[in-house]
Amino acid sequence: MSTTIERPATAAPVTHVGRPLDRIDGHAKVTGAARYAADAPVGDVLYAVIVQSTVAGGRIAEIDETATRAVSGVVEVLTYRNAPKIPAFPFDFTVPFAEQLAPLQSDEIHYDGQHVALVIAETFEAAREGAVLLRITYAPGPFQATLEGAHETELPDNFFGNAMQVRRADPEAAFAASEITVDATYSTPVENHNPLEPSATVAQWRDGELIVHDASQWVLGSRAAYAKAFSVDETQVRVLAPYIGGGFGCKGFFWAHQTLAAMAAKVTGRAVKLVLSREQMFTSVGHRSSTRQRLRLGASRDGTLRAVLHDVQGESARVGAFFEPAGVVTPMLFAVPALSVSHRVAKLDIPSTTAMRAPGETPGTYALGCAMDELAYACGLDPLEVLRRNETETDGESGLPFSSRNLLACYERGAEAFDWSARTHAPRSMRDGGELIGWGVAAATYPAMRSRGEARVTIDAAGTIDVASATHDLGTGMYTILAQIAADALGADPRAIRVRIGDSAFPLAPVAGGSMSSASIGPAVHAAAERIRREVISIATSAGASPLHGLRADEVHVVDGILRAKDDPARAIAYADVVRLGGSGALEALGVAEPGKEQEEYSFHSFGAQFVEVRYDEELARLRVSRALGVFDCGRVLNAKTARSQMIGGIVWGIGMALLEETVRDDRYGAVVTNNLADYHVPVNADVPAIDVLFVEEPDLKFTALGARGMGEIGITGVAAAIANAVYHATGVRVRDLPIVPEKLLGGAAQAAWRK
Amino acid sequence: MRTTERPAVPPRSSAPLTLRLNGRDATFVVEPNVTLLDLLRERAGLTGTKKGCDRGQCGACTVLVNGRRTLSCLALALVHAGDEITTIEGLANGGELHAVQAAFVEHDAFQCGFCTSGQILSAVAVIAEGRAHSDAEISEAMSGNLCRCGAYPNIVAAIAAVQGAG
Ligand code: FES
Ligand code: FES
Repeated sequence: MSTTIERPATAAPVTHVGRPLDRIDGHAKVTGAARYAADAPVGDVLYAVIVQSTVAGGRIAEIDETATRAVSGVVEVLTYRNAPKIPAFPFDFTVPFAEQLAPLQSDEIHYDGQHVALVIAETFEAAREGAVLLRITYAPGPFQATLEGAHETELPDNFFGNAMQVRRADPEAAFAASEITVDATYSTPVENHNPLEPSATVAQWRDGELIVHDASQWVLGSRAAYAKAFSVDETQVRVLAPYIGGGFGCKGFFWAHQTLAAMAAKVTGRAVKLVLSREQMFTSVGHRSSTRQRLRLGASRDGTLRAVLHDVQGESARVGAFFEPAGVVTPMLFAVPALSVSHRVAKLDIPSTTAMRAPGETPGTYALGCAMDELAYACGLDPLEVLRRNETETDGESGLPFSSRNLLACYERGAEAFDWSARTHAPRSMRDGGELIGWGVAAATYPAMRSRGEARVTIDAAGTIDVASATHDLGTGMYTILAQIAADALGADPRAIRVRIGDSAFPLAPVAGGSMSSASIGPAVHAAAERIRREVISIATSAGASPLHGLRADEVHVVDGILRAKDDPARAIAYADVVRLGGSGALEALGVAEPGKEQEEYSFHSFGAQFVEVRYDEELARLRVSRALGVFDCGRVLNAKTARSQMIGGIVWGIGMALLEETVRDDRYGAVVTNNLADYHVPVNADVPAIDVLFVEEPDLKFTALGARGMGEIGITGVAAAIANAVYHATGVRVRDLPIVPEKLLGGAAQAAWRK
Repeated sequence: MRTTERPAVPPRSSAPLTLRLNGRDATFVVEPNVTLLDLLRERAGLTGTKKGCDRGQCGACTVLVNGRRTLSCLALALVHAGDEITTIEGLANGGELHAVQAAFVEHDAFQCGFCTSGQILSAVAVIAEGRAHSDAEISEAMSGNLCRCGAYPNIVAAIAAVQGAG
């Protein structure tokens, strides 16, 4: 096997990359053939159903299993009293345990919804019935589940490489010298990811080896965690996730139910299927923390910023570590001479918070984007003009130039496509019949990250091209993109390439998070495929029996899997025949790509501009997003079709965040009460208008040879601000507390304006 | 024909059940608390139908029962004796995709694909119901099928294309 390290030097040849190719996994998805974790065809399976605590603190006083065990088909009940011991989880993010708490290890309760028992049965129905009949009595204890009254607050220094307490120049002096000041506090609620696929794990032990079909955004991270939890070598664990029904961050870390499924399989000696219920999804796989963000902007009368203060107050679980780093964008998005960013995190008795689509950037671009709009109105200036005036070429935090930043072009193309110049400035100044119309804008941004990635490309004697990597496709289009990249490098048809991913036995890939999968794995596939192409050409030009014998490599080209002499197309040989000529059953190459020195020279970020129109019917208090346009600068677009879908998805998430989504806890009990899809509102089809997506496409060749910066997360950023700003423009009401539900528009100013 | 028995444990008062499943008779012995969804997935091996909520709030489990779109998580299996059930596995005509399936691929009307079986079966019924004459009408009629990936505009486009061609 040969290995090449990709160096970002030259542009890759591009034929299939970028095209709006249909998803190569599309057929499997429209025929029901795609198998997600819970669909794994594992025979003789037992079903496990989790029972969760109904108090937020204290201890388990008593467990009565009699009725449960009497249910026909119930095989075992696991609680802290009989569950196998598990070593304490390491908690340094080297292994992605989301919680410090290994499940069923003690009678202590740390939050409402904690897993306290597992009922295992021959059928799902029996397990569910057994779970309902399990009687657990608690000795409730004190707990703290609200920011108000939190007695333990941390001031984190750093969050995954980002400074959390930042001071630049002299903000106090700069505020004192500012002609215009805006000072407002914005809040965002707890949100849950709610991918349509509930987390599921099918686990079985075979001869000391653990095989897991898992709804996981990180098969290698999960493998490491299973190995730690069960004290086995990583080579004895295989995690499979060829299809994932959405994740958005909640399937990235390793959660307790995964341990429980493997534990149940171990105890029973059978395969065990464990699927979380929708209700359990609200407490078992993390949530986005609520935030309270104070934004103080000091500016000149012309709208240019002189100072920004951004103080973020958030929550984190006592058993976890994640929180919402909402201040991450403030030091880099605009030109800000003086700055103070701070994060305060209250430790609460709640389930773990975790990464949810653009953690930090999502609530951060909301608060900052609204504050910029408030600044524009305080200056009497067009909001888009104020954004333009605060443009920067340099990342104010690192001091490095951006590798590529086309935000001004995004504003410009967006303004044109949206017809922004037709906007009248005053709130409540645009109407269509009985409806008030508002137009809002905000900037979007997300960092471009990459990590070491590997991929193996193989061509066998039948000419079949296979690409394998332990990466994932959450709906992101990864299958298709990798086929396109390999096709370009090999001169082959992407539809003829088999892509296999989501298997921990495949070459190294990072978590499907941080929008870094395509930038990490794409170059690795490219490197491996290039290597194979060189080998094939070398065999074809040197083997005596080859029609291309004696030619130089540069006298040969490959189209549709056939090598031809450039000046005599009749001299040709197919890949399959070259492989046979080579004498081995197959040719294979491992491609490796990793970030290099460019990371010290540039700041890598994607940018965008979100434009939104809302309509508000005052008589019915009905608020709708009626038009949305996102213009994005993400480097090269690898597949125009799936890229557009990614961005639409992000904007739909932004609509949900702005208008609908909120996880409500009953503060008296620390329990989630909106734990279903009727009470937690995700956008439905009729909530979503036509959405336009444009790309300002400049391949970022400083980042990788492919020039693509990743698209999973930027789509949601800025959307909620653009909507909130549009709502202000339509109604004259500043709602600084998401979601913007109708009752928030019926108060004070709206009613006063309505009456006059 | 599929015959499934669960002899390992004496079930509570199970009963035989025969239904027309994707055009064939299929016979099971099921307990009264088994939903049509769990029957399809766990006993008939038809895992194309998905469980997103198990309480009628997401549409992922949509199948056609005698041509009507039905949330199979809210339907008890035994109630459907003799009914004609169409699942996503039964929609294509051999190797040839149903027009709605093909349109979903072409218009990229999904991302993760988990809602897709339900969306497609709903879409087939919505077109048959004559409720796909405008984008707004499609959006409304399809609002019982959640797509957390947010593929809605493409779902509407796919259905409109089939309606327009039909
Ligand atoms: S699973 Fe039936 S509606 Fe959600
Ligand atoms: S495609 Fe993922 S939920 Fe619809």
